[in-house]
Amino acid sequence: MSLQLDNLSVRRGGQTVLDGLSLPPLPAGSLTALIGPNGAGKSTLIHALAGLVPFQGEASLQGVSLRQLPPAERARRVGLLPQALPQGSGLSVYEFLLGGLRAAGASAREAEQASEAMLAELGLLPLALKRMDTLSGGQRQMVALAQALARRPGLLLLDEPNSALDLHWQLTMLDAVQRVVAERQAVALLALHDLNLALRSCARVIVLAGGRCRADGPPQQVLSPSLLAEVYGVLGRIEHSSRGEALFVLERLPS
Amino acid sequence: MKPDDLPLALRYRRHNRGRLAVLGGLALLLAASFLFDLSSGPAGLSLGSVLHGLWQPASLDAAQRVIVFDVRLPYALMALVVGAALGLGGAQMQTVLNNPLASPFTLGLAAAATLGASLAIVFQHLQPLPANLLVPLAAFACALGVTGLILLLSRWHGGGGATLVLFGIALLFALEALVWLLQFLAEANALEQIVFWSMGSLARASLQHVGLIGVALALCFTLAMRRAWALTLLRGGETHAASLGVNVARLRAITLVEVSLMTAAALAFVGTIGFVGLVGPHIARLLVGEQHRFLLPASLLCGALMLSLASIASKTIVPGLIIPIGIVTALVGVPVFIALILSRKGGV
Repeated sequence: MSLQLDNLSVRRGGQTVLDGLSLPPLPAGSLTALIGPNGAGKSTLIHALAGLVPFQGEASLQGVSLRQLPPAERARRVGLLPQALPQGSGLSVYEFLLGGLRAAGASAREAEQASEAMLAELGLLPLALKRMDTLSGGQRQMVALAQALARRPGLLLLDEPNSALDLHWQLTMLDAVQRVVAERQAVALLALHDLNLALRSCARVIVLAGGRCRADGPPQQVLSPSLLAEVYGVLGRIEHSSRGEALFVLERLPS
Repeated sequence: MKPDDLPLALRYRRHNRGRLAVLGGLALLLAASFLFDLSSGPAGLSLGSVLHGLWQPASLDAAQRVIVFDVRLPYALMALVVGAALGLGGAQMQTVLNNPLASPFTLGLAAAATLGASLAIVFQHLQPLPANLLVPLAAFACALGVTGLILLLSRWHGGGGATLVLFGIALLFALEALVWLLQFLAEANALEQIVFWSMGSLARASLQHVGLIGVALALCFTLAMRRAWALTLLRGGETHAASLGVNVARLRAITLVEVSLMTAAALAFVGTIGFVGLVGPHIARLLVGEQHRFLLPASLLCGALMLSLASIASKTIVPGLIIPIGIVTALVGVPVFIALILSRKGGV
């Protein structure tokens, strides 16, 4: 399984948000972070691949063009975890998952089996019959992740999945995503703001700025102080722990 | 085996059996209310006589036959189908517009129907059609026209549910102003007819009208149930639903057109009946939750039950006088709804 982007462009409101983006194939089994300042085009790229925003150019998953897939088929192959938490409606967690599967064409039995298996895999079975509006933000985001994964998509897209979560839930979520993506050999693309999470969890980082790719590669090679100063306009340094883990330390804004 | 050790699907089915029991209870209440509605009225016919007469019309004398077949039966059936249409329409509107205040009134459907009826009443003398045909036709056409206009404006603007509601509210005020203008210009007789129409009444009911609304209701309910999962997903948020393959804009447009057709058909024959389309779905939601496979039939049953009870109240509050049902639904329904909200601290 791999994802390939070729000359992908998105125009909205008369402005070019993504400008001819081409990337080497994104590999399966590990996480790829999409980082960049606000307005760089991260969420637009995620939404375009999920079919929520029209685009020009080509995006293909294992050789199959995403542009040509009908919505229901694309929803089966591509799982999206949107930035916004799912609304705290009166639906139960189990119904929320069942709904996603039934809308994608699964039979009642298939939907029941897949939902229960996914909730068990993410340790969410105790929440299964609770109403969504009684869950914490972290729990709701985990449920949304379960829904995105329940259809066993080949491509998993996460749009700033940690923006509403505390540290505990951020790590819980990313660890769960890492585990499932490795087990299923899926392609995973995450829009992230937290550089340390990108350094900690992702095998590859794509840096976007102004709708174009500014850098692409392993995070410890790509995330240099000079690039961060250029892209984000901040001064900082990368330090390494005794175990060799990289950490971005923010120093100050340029004077 | 403890309940928590059972497979999840089995526990969920048990949970759903409770919801089915609620639907069954609502249906029983509705049947009881319908029978009571049939037996109530100033003529003093008992329920037994009415039922016997329905079974064997020959057992009734001519006057009783008129009362049973031309008054009570259409009146009671009209309350059921109109209430059901408003309840079902309100539930779908609240979901696709993501707005708990949405109802056939929010988008100006009722105001449009009133304007159509008012135009027909005021300008009736300028054309050959009889009033009992022209007024509902004009009300229906106006309600549909306004729905089309709102959908066109929203499509042109590119907005979502909130934009639709804003357009609807803006048009609602404009339509009301036009109705007031017509009332201001109308002659005394026409003014009286407009005011009476806008109060909402089942007195104009006939079995043909019941049949027409019933067909629209059955069609709309069948189509809505086919979309039940997509509507359920929409309760998790538009982006989530869209990411799961739901074409949100299409779902919203189709649902609004169908609901408008159904509610416009209902309002065209009975006039303005408020509150049922707003509150029926909320009561249903409190009873069975958000899963639309249960919420849609529960909203239909709650709407029908509310209007059937209101029909009984309209005949019994003041003996010998039938109060327009639109007045009763608000006067009786509001305290009941507030009591329901207060009984649930988490809110509706």
